[in-house]
This record gives sequence, structure tokens and C-alpha cells, in this order.
Amino acid sequence: MARYIVRRLLWAFLMLIAVSGVVFVLFYVFPSADPAQLRAGRQANEDQIQAIRESLGLDKSVLEQFWIYIKGVFTPFDLPGTDATGPLYFGHSYQSNADVKDVIFSDLPATALLVFGAVIVWMAIAIPTGIISAIRQRSLLDRTTMVTTLVFISAPVFWLGLVALYLFAQDVGIIPIFPGIGSYADADSFPAKCASMILPWLVLAAATAAIYARYLRSQMIDVMQEDYIRTARAKGLPERRVIAKHVLRSAITPIVTLLGLDVAVLLAGNAILTETVFNIPGVGAETFNAIKRSDLPMIQGITLFGAFFIVTLNLVVDIVYAYLDPRVRYE
Amino acid sequence: MSPAPLLEIEDLKVHFDTDEGVVKAVDGVSLAVHEGEMLGVVGESGSGKSVANLTILGLTRAANATITGRITFEGEDLLQIGEDELQRIRGNGISMIFQDPLSALHPFFKVGAQLIEAIQVHQDVSDSAARAHAVELLELVGIPDAARRMGEYPHEFSGGMRQRVMIAMALTNDPKLLIADEPTTALDVTTQAQILRLIERLRRELGMAVILITHDLGVIAEVADRVMVMYAGEVVESGSLDQIFYDPQHPYTWGLLGSLTRVDQPRLARLAQIAGQPPSLINPPSGCHFRNRCPHEFAKCTEHPELEQRGGEGGHRDRCWLAAERKREVRVVASTGAIGLEAPKEPAP
Repeated sequence: MARYIVRRLLWAFLMLIAVSGVVFVLFYVFPSADPAQLRAGRQANEDQIQAIRESLGLDKSVLEQFWIYIKGVFTPFDLPGTDATGPLYFGHSYQSNADVKDVIFSDLPATALLVFGAVIVWMAIAIPTGIISAIRQRSLLDRTTMVTTLVFISAPVFWLGLVALYLFAQDVGIIPIFPGIGSYADADSFPAKCASMILPWLVLAAATAAIYARYLRSQMIDVMQEDYIRTARAKGLPERRVIAKHVLRSAITPIVTLLGLDVAVLLAGNAILTETVFNIPGVGAETFNAIKRSDLPMIQGITLFGAFFIVTLNLVVDIVYAYLDPRVRYE
Repeated sequence: MSPAPLLEIEDLKVHFDTDEGVVKAVDGVSLAVHEGEMLGVVGESGSGKSVANLTILGLTRAANATITGRITFEGEDLLQIGEDELQRIRGNGISMIFQDPLSALHPFFKVGAQLIEAIQVHQDVSDSAARAHAVELLELVGIPDAARRMGEYPHEFSGGMRQRVMIAMALTNDPKLLIADEPTTALDVTTQAQILRLIERLRRELGMAVILITHDLGVIAEVADRVMVMYAGEVVESGSLDQIFYDPQHPYTWGLLGSLTRVDQPRLARLAQIAGQPPSLINPPSGCHFRNRCPHEFAKCTEHPELEQRGGEGGHRDRCWLAAERKREVRVVASTGAIGLEAPKEPAP
């Protein structure tokens, strides 16, 4: 097991270098506009642009640029002529001139609160719903639940977010019970921050809760057909125990895998719609602004950062899976 | 008459309502098992032998199932009692083991934990007492190094060892009756013999009754006291082991006997088989359900025969209209492999 983890860590590292390479090609070799021009702004003259080009190192060869970029990302390296330090140096924002790394780290708490709160909400909804639907298969309750979940899966997040605000937000809502747009930025205590997150949590969790509930239901229905469930019943176990222990233990395992990857993707800025609709200053909203302003270093930093999350959580999921399913043993 | 049987099934019918129609999986089965006795139930897939036995423990109860008749165990009708009372009997008074021991054990729980769970669901004992009992049981069924193997998962056991674990789990609460549903089918031949011998030994030592379900008469020949042959949801012949093997009355039984490999007969190039397919359980043939596959069909066969003593003697009953003398004439050929379309081929060189 230890050898497996070491090997996976090495692979993860190689994967990150490869991803960095792809990101470099996207942002340095094929930029959609001249980075120096973007950085200089609209009124700059040719000399200023040239000076910026030199300071960003854009006049150097591609390989040399790649070397500086990789050094900045992976090593504790002071770039000459700047106050920037590696590792995780992705450049300075064209917009605010702030170190991209600092911006991402300052955005992360909001995103983390949004994502982990939403995870709790969607698991709290999905697990009981999935179980009840599975054991009451084809009942009216099951059919109602399945139709409802389909509605939530189909509803776009931005639409659902706006509807939620329109109905429940304290500033614009018909039934103003939850804090509304921008309340996260104003909240100064943790409880207040959590309160401001209630609507975003529900909106972000809705579709995922629905997907997980359906997935858990179908997993449980499959597992209930297994011979070992018949054995559990033949042993004389109460039905409640058969479901809660024997069926759920098998059915929940693939859900855990799914969960790890979903969390990674959301932390990497995929909560972009929810954060934008509710004006939460997180990684997703930052991504949206960066794209809007062609802030290349920002986009590049977030992309790499997201890749880090996904590669790392993938590794974690694989290791956790080996503990959950004893038949899986990595050699 | 002998004392009241341990388990008595009277006119059991298990019908499933499906989109295609009503499947009469079990259609009027009666049987009795006495204490310490081994009853063999033989039949091909879909003959209703598994469904009938799962029904004893209420494991076929479902929204689309109609179950009628009577299943009396220790004075209680198991068809009338509720789920809670059934749970008290399952794995306690009556235990069950299944065909494929790999899929019948939970892959995510350690063998020891599964055994301990089976003990503690019926007995109020401490974890350490349950553990000690579980180790004893594993030793009883012949698993070496039992204490260490308690901590292993089912996939770390071989097929035969897994079936031993299943048997140990079935024995946890000293059942009066063990239902073994094709316990050797998924195992290789040498392991089959070991498991059969184990079941036979445990039956003698623990004095429990056993219902051994199989499609292989060879398995039953080793160990059963009495044999019941099932076909299309019905019992077509029942009698003692000797009666069934040496004086079989039903052409279907002849077919089953003919399809055995035998050391006392010339080796056929191909084993004999029963022609045709098992009948539909939704629309079985009218009259005798076997008649469309039976080479001896005659006019009377369009009437449905009852299970009663005909050509046999001493409680040996069957469902075949053929006259006793006629049976004796034709079955000689049949039991050497001439039933159906497959005639005996040249002996193998």
C-alpha cells in the first residue's frame, strides 16, 4: 500500500507538470491577444508596450519562457526584477497587479464554505431520499421523488439561483427569509457568513442532490438483488438492519468516489454560476471576472490551481476506495 | 405412524404475477421432513425446488407473489406469521445455505464479523463470547487456523472454504433444519464430495434435519434418506432413496437417472439427455406437464395425474399414468440412456 501511494504521488507530480505544459501552451504560445498590449491598457504607446513585453519576458524564446514559468510554479524562486516568489507563482494580475496566488488564496475561503456547506446539504438530502425511494420502489412517493429530482437536474443553476432569490431573498424576495445577494461580503462573523450561504448552498446542492439520490437509488436496487442480501435476510436480521448495514454499505461506496471528484471540480472554480448569481467573492466569481477582462495570468493561475485540486483529490479518492472495498488491493 | 414431522408443507402454491402472466413457480407441493432426516429435492432449473424452499423462510414474499397452503414448523404455520416472527426463525430454527458461496457472503465485511452478527441477532451474548463461538464453528466445519481467518474477507477464501463458512454461519444457532440449496453446484468435484461429507457428518453429530436441493441425482445418492423429484412446480415422484434409484416410476426420473455418468455401464460417447425444453410455468401443458417431452405419452396423459401410490410400494408415489408392468418394460431402456432423441452411441474406445 505504501509503495502504491508513493508511486501514485510521483505520477500525480508528473501529471501536474504535464498539465502545466498544456496551460503554458494555451496561455503563452496561443494567446488570444498580445499579453503585453492587454497589460499596458488602451492608451499605451509602442514604447510602453515594448517595455512591458521585456519585463514580462515575452521577448525571450518560448523554451526560455517555459523554463521561467515552470520555475515560478514549482520552485521557491525569486524572479529577477519583481517582488514575486515561487512556488505557485502564476504571474501578476493584469487588472489589479496583485500576485495571482494571493488572490486565489483570498478567494478560497468563500468557495470552500460554499462547497463544503453544499456537500453537507446535498448528502443530507440525497442519502435519505435515495434510500426511501429504493425501498419503496414504484410507490407514489418514489415516483414523485424521481420526477422532482429530474426537474432539479434539468434546471440550470443560474435560473434556479434567480428564482430562489426572487422567492426568498431579504432584499428582493416575496418571502424574505434568507440573506440575499452580496450578503456574504458584508457578513463579519462565521454564523452570519453561514446564514448568507443558505440560499447558495441550496441552489448549488439542488442538482447534485438529485443526481446522487437517483444514483443511490439505482445502486441500492441493484445491491438488493445480490445473493448476500438474501443471506442477510436468511440469517434473521431485521429488514431495517439489512438495508442500513448490508445494502447501504455496498451502495454507498461508488457515491464516495463520485463525491471526491465533485468536490475537487467545485473547489477548482466550477461553482462559477452560483458564485456569480449570489455575488460571492470566491474562485468561481474570480474566474468569471478574469475571463471578462482577459486577465491571462489570473485565468492561467486558476486553471493550474484547479488541476492541482483534481489530481490531488483523485489520488485521495483512489486510496480511500481501497479502504472501502477490501477486494481492491493495490500492489 | 411416525411422530409428527418437524416441518410439514401442505399444498403449497407460490404464484408470481408478472407482465407476461401468472408464473406458477410452485403449484401444489406437499412434503414432510422428520427430525434428523435428510430429504433430497431434485429437479432441473425452474422446477420450483428453490422457490418452494425459499418460501419456507418467507424469502419469496413480495407484492406480486400469491402464496397459499400451509407450512407447519414446530406447530406454527409459517405462512400466517408476521415478518418479525419469521426473523426469529430464520437462521435460528431453520437455516439456509446457497449455491454460490462467493456471492452469498457480503464482500465488504470480514468473515468473523458476519458470523458474529449471525450469532448476536438471535443470542444475547457478549462480543467476546460470540467471537469464541464463531471460532469454534469455523473449526467444526474444518477451517484450519480459524482464529486468524476470522479477520479475513470472503474473497480471501477458496470456493470450498467459503461454502464451509456459509455452513458455519447456518449452524450458529443450532438449527433444527438446514436447507441447502444446491450447496455443491458452484464447486469443483473433489470439493463437492468434501462439502457433502461435511453436511452429512454435521447432520449426524448435531441431529438436525436437512433438505438438500440439487439438480444432480448423483449428489443425493450419497446422502439422502428420502427423495422428491420436482418438475414444473409439482412433485412428480417421491419415495425412499432406494425406491427412487432402483424402482423409479416416472419417465422424468428415468431421464434424470439416464443422464448420470455411471461407472457400471459402458461409457457412452455422449451422455443421454431429456429432449425438449422445460415447460412454461405460465401455460404448462394440460394434463401431465411432462407429456410433451415424454416418449411414452398416450391418450390418458391429457388428464392431470395426482401424486399417489401407483406402481411403487410403501409410500412410493408418482404422477404417471403408465401401468406398472409397462413401466418396468420401458424403463430398462430408459435408464441406460435411450430416453428422448439421444440414442446410445458407440462405446468410446
